[in-house]
Amino acid sequence: MMNMIKEGLENNGLITAFAIIGIVMYIAYFLSDKLTKGRVHGSAIAIMFGLILAYIGGVNTGGEKGISDIQLFSGIGLMGGGMLRDFAIIATAFGANFSEVKKTGISGITALFFGVFYSFVIGVIIALCFGYRDPVALTTIGGGAVTYIVGPVSGTAIGASSDIIALSIAVGLIKSISVMILTPVFAKKIKLNNPRTAMIYGGVMGTTSGVAAGLAATDVKLVPYGAMTATFYTGLGCLLVPSILFLLTEIIF
Amino acid sequence: MGWGGSNMIIFGVALLSICMLIGVIVGDALGGLMGVEANVGGVGVSMLLLVLAVDYLKKKNKLQVKSEEGIAFWGGIYIPIVVAMSAQQNVVAALDGGGMALLAGVVVVVVGFLSIPFISRIGEKAKVKEQEIELSILPKEQVK
Repeated sequence: MMNMIKEGLENNGLITAFAIIGIVMYIAYFLSDKLTKGRVHGSAIAIMFGLILAYIGGVNTGGEKGISDIQLFSGIGLMGGGMLRDFAIIATAFGANFSEVKKTGISGITALFFGVFYSFVIGVIIALCFGYRDPVALTTIGGGAVTYIVGPVSGTAIGASSDIIALSIAVGLIKSISVMILTPVFAKKIKLNNPRTAMIYGGVMGTTSGVAAGLAATDVKLVPYGAMTATFYTGLGCLLVPSILFLLTEIIF
Repeated sequence: MGWGGSNMIIFGVALLSICMLIGVIVGDALGGLMGVEANVGGVGVSMLLLVLAVDYLKKKNKLQVKSEEGIAFWGGIYIPIVVAMSAQQNVVAALDGGGMALLAGVVVVVVGFLSIPFISRIGEKAKVKEQEIELSILPKEQVK
């Protein structure tokens, strides 16, 4: 009997994912309403639950894909994978006001360059504090502070060792998770309630998953604006970090 | 009107899909041109295409409400997809990075948040100068 149920759920992975995520969200919205009187956004709680599930999955399987490494929950991997995520992000642009995008264009580009540079610099400074002196290691860790894709891409390009690359991925993952959790916390203080600020936010933070979840937990209407700039971030990072920023790091250290 | 009925939903979904496919291909090509192993701006290009396509079709009165629903559904399911995305993050590896990864990741984000109002202000001043002089009177009154 149990086996039959398990098989039924596993054979319909994506549908199982819809059901599970629906239940998780119901619980999250219920808690948001009853415990916090709506002050903590239901979606913020749901994302926290998601991260906790990811941790449980990772501890139990030793895999890299959180809860979706457990066979029963493999459909969550498809549902939350890059393909459907990007599809849904693009769909949120339906009804967005793109004259806002044109108006904020220059600030958005400024935010992008600033975002990549300052993330890299902070990554390098902290790596220095922890005793790293080798420009290759510093650059790779700095790249990780840009995004968890820029770190390994740059590290591979400039010949970093695999433990440094793993560390750079960890830095990027922590950044991404912090953006998810901290965005609703900072949203009011930085007036993240309009398309313009959302575009600058997307450019400064850059991590697609972080920005996607952060804006989901704040105001879905802002998603297309944040995603608009964030979509260029990793590419810009992959361009700048192993080239100009690596050369600068080599000159300084 | 006429043909399709609720089948029209697929036209919206297909439009969305075509925009995404074009965007992704353009983004990959752009990454290739720049010599980086990443998709550059694919999602952004897709969004622009979608907005332009919807705008064009609406003006021509070619976009039915049913077709719009096919796009709106995917926008509406955005948050659940993001929750599923967060459930498959490599949280264990993130925490395995130890103190340095934790410190670097959090400090980067906090500094980012603190800098957003400043970047926002830089652009805004220019905008006020350009076009909206009457707006510059407003803040003073609000301060008092």
